[in-house]
Amino acid sequence: MYKAIVIGTSYGGLEALKTLLPKLGSGFPLPVIVVLHIGEHNNETFLTYMDSICTLSVKEAESHEKINPGYVYFAPPNYHLLIESDFTFSLTTDHKHNFSRPSIDILFESAAWVYTHRLIGVVLTGANSDGAQGLKMIKDFGGMSIVQDPNSALSPAMPRAALKIAKPEYQLNLEDIAVKLIEFAFKRK
Amino acid sequence: MTQINYNSSNVDLLNIEIQLLMEAIFLRYGYDFRNYSKAHIKRRVLHRLVLSNLSSVTQLQDMVLRDRGFFNEFLDDLSINVTEMFRDPEFYKSLRENIIPKLRTYAYFKIWHAGCSTGEEVYSLAILLKEEGLLDRCQVYATDFNRKVLSTAKEGVYQKNEIEQYERNYQLSGGLHKLSDYYKSRYGSIIFDKELSNKIVFADHNLVIDKVFADVNLILCRNVLIYFEKNLQDNVIGLFYESLVPSGILCLGTKESIKFSRHENFFEAIDTKQKIYKKKIG
Repeated sequence: MYKAIVIGTSYGGLEALKTLLPKLGSGFPLPVIVVLHIGEHNNETFLTYMDSICTLSVKEAESHEKINPGYVYFAPPNYHLLIESDFTFSLTTDHKHNFSRPSIDILFESAAWVYTHRLIGVVLTGANSDGAQGLKMIKDFGGMSIVQDPNSALSPAMPRAALKIAKPEYQLNLEDIAVKLIEFAFKRK
Repeated sequence: MTQINYNSSNVDLLNIEIQLLMEAIFLRYGYDFRNYSKAHIKRRVLHRLVLSNLSSVTQLQDMVLRDRGFFNEFLDDLSINVTEMFRDPEFYKSLRENIIPKLRTYAYFKIWHAGCSTGEEVYSLAILLKEEGLLDRCQVYATDFNRKVLSTAKEGVYQKNEIEQYERNYQLSGGLHKLSDYYKSRYGSIIFDKELSNKIVFADHNLVIDKVFADVNLILCRNVLIYFEKNLQDNVIGLFYESLVPSGILCLGTKESIKFSRHENFFEAIDTKQKIYKKKIG
């Protein structure tokens, strides 16, 4: 039974998430935790908009906050997002990783230590290679790994890097990723 | 290269060994990381294992206990010293607009910059105070538990590569002049005017184990509490409460808050977004 989903994306990610996240309807049983590279700016407007088009509640992850199903959490700009063993969030202002803060690798690795094989990792469109190592770790720890089909991605570099390094279980377009996530989320074993 | 001995089948082992390591460091050297964010510590410990070619935390512990020099290096791993001048310009803008007028009412006042790291934000504060004509009326205590970063802060010499970003931050924060008015360039470095640091005392202070600092009018402690677990965070906010004069000001990092802390009701918000609070009277 899976406990959480982590998603990483950068260039083109806004559009991709607008397609993917609203498809996870009410009663979706897993928390969704997202790193989207959007620069150092305030992302309030974006979060309000995402919340308005999703059934799940969309918010920024806060320091010490308990991770609950029914929510999509976004890493705040300019902070790395980590997961604690008691299923709460931590933030750090540590150095950029892959020129990014938040970094997808850092979230994925931190989540893998806590959720081990009960984690689903997803890498979507993006113009760098952040997320590839993190997804590999999720896979090595027995979790589920999914990458957006590079041909369907606005920017194929990030999915390509993830395919090469993590050799994920699934390579799918956004619609099929949504279907897969729903299928896995409701699995009992 | 040495293979690290941890994987999905022994996550507990890693957690146990890290806990023992923190206990060992406390007993041996008195630095207390036992109530720091475990996820952050784990990341730093794993990073050190790779760098030093070690396969387990127990090996690391052996070296930390026996080799003071190695421990000092590891201490640097555990403290985050990423900072910049006028980090979060909107915060400095709010400080200038909302807090400077309050400080102006004092003939003399004290500021405590807790967790000052390499000092970029202390010099930012000093520049702001100078521009508002208040630098001569105050004493600034800038503290950190890491002596290495303190000595960098004291020197006030920084690499030039980030200077464009700093200049941009300074302008966005409502700076009155040019940042370059406050430093001299030399061989790819910048050196801040001594006039700025005249009023700053750089001191070794550990928020986790040391006591109340002084009767201060303003405390800045930004992006430090995020590394602390809830209880420790509460204790430190309590320490700040004790340190402040009535109506004294507490400034936290943008993603930190006194919300849900034991002392929530002892403060009122002055700027909710920039996390600026005032100690209530009585």
